[in-house]
Order: sequence, then C-alpha cells, then structure tokens
Amino acid sequence: MNDMRTVERAVDDKTLKITAKAVQVHYGETHAIKDVSVDIPDKTVTAFIGPSGCGKSTFLRCLNRMNDTIDICRVSGEILLDGENIYDPKVDPVQLRAKVGMVFQKPNPFPKSIYDNVAYGPRIHGLAKNKAELDEIVEKSLRRGAIWDEVKDRLDAPGTGLSGGQQQRLCIARAVATEPEVLLMDEPCSALDPIATAQVEELIDDLRSRFSVVIVTHSMQQAARVSQKTAFFHLGNLVEVGETNQIFTNPIDPRTESYITGRIG
Amino acid sequence: MPLLWLVLIVLAIAAIGYVVARSRALASTGGESRTLHSLPSYYGWNAAMKAAVPAFGILVLWLLAQPFYVNNVVSGMIPESVIDEGSSRNLVIAEVRRTAEGIEQALNAGVLDPTLANDPNADVAEITARLKEAGAIVTGEITQIKLQAAQSYRSVSASGGLLMAALVILAALAGAAFAIRQTHPNFWARNTVENGIRYLLIAAASIAVLTTVGIVFSLVFNTVEFFRLYPFTDFFFGTQWAPSFSGRGGSSELGVLPLLWGTLYISIVALMVAVPVGLFAAIYLSEYASSRVRSIAKPLLEILAGIPTIVYGLFALLTVGPLLVSFFGDGGWLGVSWQGGGRAVITAGLVMGIMLIPFVSSLSDDIINAVPQSMRDGSYGLGATKSETIRQVIIPAALPGIVGAILLAASRAIGETMIVVLGAGAAARLSLNPFEAMTTVTAKIVSQLTGDSDFASPEALVAFALGMTLFVITLGLNVFALYIVRKYREQYD
Amino acid sequence: MSDASLNAPRPKSSLLTLNARTKKRNAAEKRFKAYGITAIAIGVFFLAVLAFSIIRSGLPAFTNVVISVDFTLSQDEFDAAEKELFKTKAYQGLFNAAVKQTVADNQIDVAFEDDAIERIMGKTGGIIREHYRANPDDLGKPVAFELPVASRVDGYINGRVTRDTVQDSRFLMLTDLDLVDGLQEAGVIRNAFNWNFITGADSGVDNPGGAGIGASVVGSFFMMLVVLFLSLPIGVAASIYLEEFAPQNRFTDLIEVNISNLAAVPSIVFGILGLAVFIQFMHLPQSAPLVGGLVLTLMTLPTIIISTRASLKSVPPSIRDAALGVGASKMQAVFHHVLPLAMPGILTGTIIGLAQALGETAPLLLIGMVGFVARGYPDGFIAGFTEANSAMPAQIYTWAARADVSFYEKAWGGIIILLIFLLTMNIIAIILRRRFERRW
Repeated sequence: MNDMRTVERAVDDKTLKITAKAVQVHYGETHAIKDVSVDIPDKTVTAFIGPSGCGKSTFLRCLNRMNDTIDICRVSGEILLDGENIYDPKVDPVQLRAKVGMVFQKPNPFPKSIYDNVAYGPRIHGLAKNKAELDEIVEKSLRRGAIWDEVKDRLDAPGTGLSGGQQQRLCIARAVATEPEVLLMDEPCSALDPIATAQVEELIDDLRSRFSVVIVTHSMQQAARVSQKTAFFHLGNLVEVGETNQIFTNPIDPRTESYITGRIG
Repeated sequence: MPLLWLVLIVLAIAAIGYVVARSRALASTGGESRTLHSLPSYYGWNAAMKAAVPAFGILVLWLLAQPFYVNNVVSGMIPESVIDEGSSRNLVIAEVRRTAEGIEQALNAGVLDPTLANDPNADVAEITARLKEAGAIVTGEITQIKLQAAQSYRSVSASGGLLMAALVILAALAGAAFAIRQTHPNFWARNTVENGIRYLLIAAASIAVLTTVGIVFSLVFNTVEFFRLYPFTDFFFGTQWAPSFSGRGGSSELGVLPLLWGTLYISIVALMVAVPVGLFAAIYLSEYASSRVRSIAKPLLEILAGIPTIVYGLFALLTVGPLLVSFFGDGGWLGVSWQGGGRAVITAGLVMGIMLIPFVSSLSDDIINAVPQSMRDGSYGLGATKSETIRQVIIPAALPGIVGAILLAASRAIGETMIVVLGAGAAARLSLNPFEAMTTVTAKIVSQLTGDSDFASPEALVAFALGMTLFVITLGLNVFALYIVRKYREQYD
Repeated sequence: MSDASLNAPRPKSSLLTLNARTKKRNAAEKRFKAYGITAIAIGVFFLAVLAFSIIRSGLPAFTNVVISVDFTLSQDEFDAAEKELFKTKAYQGLFNAAVKQTVADNQIDVAFEDDAIERIMGKTGGIIREHYRANPDDLGKPVAFELPVASRVDGYINGRVTRDTVQDSRFLMLTDLDLVDGLQEAGVIRNAFNWNFITGADSGVDNPGGAGIGASVVGSFFMMLVVLFLSLPIGVAASIYLEEFAPQNRFTDLIEVNISNLAAVPSIVFGILGLAVFIQFMHLPQSAPLVGGLVLTLMTLPTIIISTRASLKSVPPSIRDAALGVGASKMQAVFHHVLPLAMPGILTGTIIGLAQALGETAPLLLIGMVGFVARGYPDGFIAGFTEANSAMPAQIYTWAARADVSFYEKAWGGIIILLIFLLTMNIIAIILRRRFERRW
C-alpha cells in the first residue's frame, strides 16, 4: 500500500494539481474574470502577474472559494482539484479550504498568542489527538515557516506583537499547519520591507518541496525569482501562461511583452 | 412682564446701534464701501454686539445675585425668637417670600389696597383674608414680623429691580455709543465681531462643563447637609431602609445597602436578558443576515430603543407583572407559588432587559464591524466555519469593546428610573429571591423628593446622597467603559 | 507521534464526500446560526407584545359609553328648581323623569326602580344645571344630551366587568344590567369617541372618566419650545467651536470629556440638578414647563452636540479650503458654507434629541411636573411657560400610579398619543435625512 502511494506521488510530481476550465467571475454588474482556463502543476510555484485590477487576486480567491464570503460575487465554470470540481454543490468550502490554504496580502495574525495562532487550524480540523501532538504540529509548522528560532521562547506572546515580516511568516506557518495540498499567496510580500521579503521568498522556495504554491504578485522580479510557471492576466483575461523563463525572455503575446518591458502597468 | 420689556429695550438699543454704526461707517467714506476695512454690516454688528452682550450679562448676573441679597436683608429682620421649634430660618424665609408673592398677587387681582399692603402695622388677619381671596397660598400663620419682613422683601426686590433695569439700559447705551465712536474706515470691524462670536461659541461649549459643575455642586452641598443631620456610617453601612413618614426626622433608618442591592440585582437580571439576546442579535445581523433581513430587523430592534421608559414602566406594571404572576404566582400555570405580586425584581429586570437589547446589540454591532475583514479572511482561509470564526477569532478580538458596551448597558440599567418605580415595588429588602419586590436607588430618589416632606429634613436630603451615590457609580462605569472602548478602537485604527 | 508519520501525507480524501467531522462542525454552525435567529425573534417578539398590549389596552381610552336623552326644560321648571334648597337634586329628578320617558318610548320592557337610573348615569343634576345656566336660550327647547355613564356600567359594556363579577352594591345592582342591556339594544347607550380624553385636563383621583391628556400635551409643547430654542443654538454653537475652532488643549479636552460623560448620566440626576439649581437656588416657579424645558435642554445638549459634530465632520475639508481660498475668513467659511451644508444632519439630530426629551419622565417628577397639576390650559403664551403644568409622560405616570384601575386605560391611551407624537417626529427626521442627505 505504502509503496503504491510512493509510486503515485512520483507520478503526481508531474501531474496537474488544479485545472481551471472557462472560469467566469461577476461582481454584481462587473465582469471581473473572463473565461480563464489554466493548469497548475503540483510541487511547483506558479506566479500570477499583471497590472492592478487585472483580476489575478480574484482568480486566486476562486481557487479556495474565498469569494463565497462576498455576497455579490458569482463564479461559473469549473475548477478541478485532483479531478474534483470544487464548485460542486456537494463540496463544503470548509473542507476545501483545509486542503487549499491561503496567505494574505497584509499579515493578519489573530489577536491571540503565537501558539494559538498556529494551533487554530489543527484545532478546528481536529488534526491532533492530544496536547503533545498539537505541540508537535505547532513546532513543525513554525519551523516550516522559518520562524521557530525567533519565537520558540515566547510562544505565549501575542502574535500581533511581532514585526511585519515575522507576522507574515507566522501566517504562513499558520497556513501550513493544516497540512494543505495547495498554498495560495495573495501578494504576501507587498506589506513587507526588502529584508523580510527576501526571507519570505526563500521560505516560498522551501515550501515548493511539499505543496503546490500559487502566488499573486505585482512585482515581476519576485515572480522571476520564486516561480517556475507564470501566468499573465490583463483586464480579466488570462493572456499568457508558461514557463517563467520563457514568459520573461520570450513572451508570445505582445501585451505580455508590453507589461514586462514596462509599457503597460 | 417688566423683564420682557427690559429685554426688548436692550434689543431695540442694539438694533438702533446697528443702524447708526452701519450708516456712520458708510458716511465716513462717502458711501464708498470698498474703502472700508470690513463690510458695512460688520460695523453695525459690532455696535449691536457691544450693546446687547454686556447688558444681558449684567441682567443674568443680577438676577442670580439678587435673591441672595434680599434673603440676607430679610433674614436680618427675623429675630431668633420667632423661629419655631423644629423649624428653621430658611423655612421662615420661604414663608416670608410666599407672603410677599401673595401680596403681589392680591395687588394684581385688585383685592388689596396698595396703602394697606405697605402699612407695616396693617391688621394681619385682614391681610391674610385678602391673600386668600386672591387665591394665594397661605401656609403658615402670618405674624406682624413676617408681614413686615415680607413688605421689606417687596421693597428691596422692587428697588433692586429698578436699579437693575437702569444699569442694564445704561450698559446697553454705553456699549452702543462706544461701538459707534469706534466706527471709522480703518477699524477692523469684522475681526472684532468674529472674535466676539468666537467667545460666544466658547461660552456655548462651556455649558457642558457648567452642567457637570452644577450637578456636582447640587449633589455635594445637599449631601453634606444630609450628613450633618444623619451619620454617614449609618447611611453607607446601614442595612435598614425605613424612613419615617412624618417627614420630620427622628426615627428614620436610611441605610443605602438594601437599595444598592436592589439596584444591582435588577441590573443583573436585566443584563442576563439583554446581553445574550443583544449579542447574538448583533452577531447574526453583522455576520449572517443578508442585507435585506438586516434592513428590516435592525430598525425593528431599534424601535425598542426609541420607546420612552415610561412605556416600559407601564408594560412592566400592567402586562409583564400580571403575566409572570400567572406563571409563578399562587394558583399559576406552573403550580408553584413563588411570586406574590406583579411588582418584583424579575418583572423590572426582564422589562429593563428588553429595553437594553437594542442598546447592547447596536453597540456590539459597531464593535464587531470594527474587527478588520482580514481577520475573518485569515480564519476562513484556514477552513474555519462562520461560527468558529465568530467564536474563536471575532469575539476574542472584539472582547474589550463588547465588555465596554456591556458596562455602558449596566450603567444605563443602574440609572434607569421609570421601570423600577413602576415595576419593582417600594419595599427595600436584602433578599435573594427574584420574585420578591425590591426597590432601587433611583426609585427612592423619586419617592423621597416627590412626597410632602420638607426639603430640610433628612428624609428629603437623603435623596441627594442617593443621587451622589448613583452619580459616582454611573460616572465610574462610564469613564471606565469609554476608556476601554476607545483603547479598543485605537487598536484597529 | 514520530516525525515521519507527521510528514506522511494524510490519506487522500475526496472533496465530494463530507467527513464526519465536517458534518459535526456544520451542525454546530447551524445551531449557532439558530441562536442568532432566536435572539432576533425574541427582540421582535417583545416588540410585538408591547405594541399589542399598548393598542389593546389603550384604544378603549378613546371611546366612552354615553347615554343619549332628549330633554326639555321649561322656564317655569328652571325657576322652580333654582328656588329649591338642593338645586342639583331638583334637576336630577327632572332629568331622571326624562330618562324614564326615553325608556318607555323605546319600549324597553324591564322593570326598574328610580335609583337604578342614578346608578347607571351617576349624578347628572349638576351637569344639567350648568348647561342651562350657561345657555338660558335652550330653555323650553328640546336638547339632546349625551352624558357619560358611570364607570362600572362603562366597564360592563366594554367587557371589563361581567355579570359574574358584579356584586350588588350601592354603585351597581345586578338587576340594573338588564336595563343597561335594554338601553344598549335600543341604541340609547352606545360607545362614542371620547373627545374629552384628547382635549381635557386631568381629573381628580375619583373621576377616571373625566381625565384627559390635552393640558399635559400643551405642557409638553411649551417644554419642547424651550428645549428647541435653547438646545439648537447652544448645541450648534458648541459643536462649531469644538469641531472648527477649538485648539488642542486641556480646556478642549475637559469639554469633550464632559460632553461624552453627560450623555451617559442618568436622567434622574438631571432632575436633581433642576430641583437644586433652578428651583431651590434660582427660585424659578415649581412645576413650570420653563424649568422642565431647561432641565431637558441640559439633558439633550450632549446628544445634539454629538450628532451635530458628526454632520459638521461629514462636510469635506475641500469646501472650507475653497471658501478660504477666495478670501473668506474662517468664521465666514463656517457660517456661509459648512453650516448650511451640515444643516439637514443637524436638524435630524435635533429632532431625534427632542423626541428623546419628549418621552423623558423621571426628571420632570422631581421638579414637580406631576400629572395632577395639569388641571387646565394655561392662560396665555407667557403663562404657558410659567404656570404649573404637567407633561405627557408625567401625566401617564400619575395615572399609572393611581389606585383606581380605570386610570390604567387612560395611561395606555396616553401612551398611544405620546407614541404618535414620537413617531411623527421620527418620520420627519427620516424624511429630512432621505431628502437632504448628501454623500461626498
């Protein structure tokens, strides 16, 4: 059994994690995402780039149905996670979001202790049988969030007391604590200074080994640094998607080229 | 209405000053208003302001000060010997004042001859009869000394009034004349007027401070007076509340503890109703309800806040009280015989709780909405359900604010009067049974000050000590609650 | 648990099937949501019960049971009656005869004794005498009298008293009810709109039927005039100072702290203030609407200041800059531009403050504006401020506190009138807001 899974996983490495087919999003009267189809492979960092208001964040929020929390938002089309449509009426968004975690633009630690911030997800999903297990999950997650050394002596201190960069890594640790399969990051470094940004970027590269990471960024350099695949959005359309190297050196679509060379933005 | 006339005269002087100063300003430049520093009307307003403001200032100060002077004069005329046992100088002076007012009334009605009214040796019986004929209130017996005092009260007041009128008119004329003399093209009339308006604005804003000062003084003076008549240890630590009905002091027991207990108990019952209902309503409205449900349910709940407390009082007395008795009373539906009468802690507490529901819910609604959306996103992004997010993220984050809101509601409950006056009963007791009638600080303030007892007796003065207690408690709660809420808001600003 | 087991991926689970834990969590979610709905329902339920009891108990106050009798008094009878020692008794006798005639005319076949008429109608002689003394022209002409019946009969017709609860007494005998039934069938006794309740003044403790709320409505009106003409200018002036001119210093802080605390001081404390300062210290007339108005002004000022400041704040700074830019002084910018733009908001806040003041009871009781002083209308405009009077809520309280149960109906009726005023004020405020509200 175990062997079989190993084999399967080896195959998974090259398989697709998420497949979006003809996704349309409407905000009230506004047509925010127009007919987007994209494949997101597993164990890869995929970057969504594009000028602000192009729909990249909106599309990201479709991937774990965060748009459900907005009343006027309607999504149509299909988004398959491991072959299952996440917009199927039988799917509970709560269960979905345990598999597809999210990190937000602004660090948003809960006004609780560092420990409770990380333990929150495992607790609500019932991932730990006892306190010892929970302690273990928290430590592991904080280590994966590359923040363990900085906070291990003050796990009871409030998470809001950390610096911006630390807060964001805490939020990443919090997101990975639920053992998601996909990690969505919505401009995770836009509120951080360059040093904190570098730390987070390094962390993202580490995370690639166990998750499929989707990152929205307004910084092309960042996309070039951290991602293997890049998708360029413009005015709600997915203009071009491909290997990051190819997109940045040899874009096919003239709009992508204009954006990369700084003519539209 | 001589006062009205005086006011009108001052206003007339101000109006004349306006017209004169304005035309003088125009005339000084030969009708060319552009060479004036300010618009011509500002020169007019300068005159009107300088005429009216000092004059009205003098008027108000004089009206405040005159009673003291007159009282002093009259008080000097009353020898110690005419003050009855158990009475006081103030009471005699009050009688003198009433007599003087009665004479005025009788003169106006034409039943009293002016010469008789001013005759110090006039027949007291005759005067009394005349006053009664005019419908004046004659409480005590009018003696010769009181009559003479009343006559001098009248003459001092009258000459004081005359002097005041003269001074006020003089001040108005002088102010207007000064402003008219000031009027020349280089005079900065606009700046002067605007400065004056600025001071008026400051004066208006200071009224809030004056009100607080007035409250504190009226409470402190009378409370000190009360503690001179009644030991403060008995007041603060007494467990009996039994004022004597004679209103003349002596055997009253005025311990505040039973009243404080009643207040506290009823407030606790009220909060036990209002906090869960208000909080859950706020949570539902801000997190679950669609905008349509919200737009209907929120105003409906807020209607409860706009209903006057007298309505709740009546509701407690006539609807809720009897209803509760039919459940918990003798021969009630529950077969228990817990509640004796409609007026009880539970009645007042329940109704007060209903009153506080919108108070708690709208405050909590604001506070819950102040929790940033990013907190919710963070929680939803981890796969939490709405209720998990609310219970484990939003409520803990909003907790200080919610505690502040509950404290404000508690302060409301403690200060609430009409519901307890009508719904809680009049018996002061230290009991734990919520089906018993109890009374509160506010209810006793009303009953001690609306009875017939004389204002100088400890039975009436105790109301001020109660008011002081109430004021201190609610003020403490408010300051603390506002502090918490402000700190909370700063956190998310 | 070893590191390895943590590292191992969780077994694959399909999104399409809910696991047990999710089901449990969704159930908890449903429960929690139900608590919220229950809370709203409780609030709305209480509101409904309140509205129901007000309307059910208050509407009867607007009607009273009257008996209509055609009666003719000749000049001779009048002269004869005036010569009697017990004049009203003489009129009573004449009128009772007319009632008997009415009974006979309507062919009501009930045996009754003469006293029954008096038990049903109460003492009517005085009313009859007053009528003819005031209107001597009516002598010799038939006059249709509509007189209120005794309160117990009123209660019988309106279902407050039933045959089972009536005990024979000198006020009402069981047999009298037969006559009442007969008269009601013939339409002689019927329910009529009680204008006296709306226009009348408070009656004595023994005459619930004659009590009206009119005088205290007038009292409330004069109080509101005082509140409006003091609190609006003072409130606006204070808000303008605090919002536009006040420097950041200790004194400003002091004022701000005072305003926010005064807004939460219990109303009864303002009553104590009024009693001590306006009545004991300044010797203003007790029970006068002027004093009530002053007390309520101090009480509403914080509310008005808070809402006025909010409306001033909502006027964008660009308007001020524009005015200052063309050379207006700060004062001119505020009075010519900011204040007019903020006016709808200010008026809305003021009306809501007034509505709050209109319903306030406790402070009025302390300054002597209790119901029983409202015995008549004031003698003129000035007297309206200075003559002793009551106010609607205080009048309602006085009725509610009386021992006679018949006054309760009046209290509920008074509440309906009070709520109509409050509703009107709030509707005006809402219309103002809807019509003039400006979004920047």
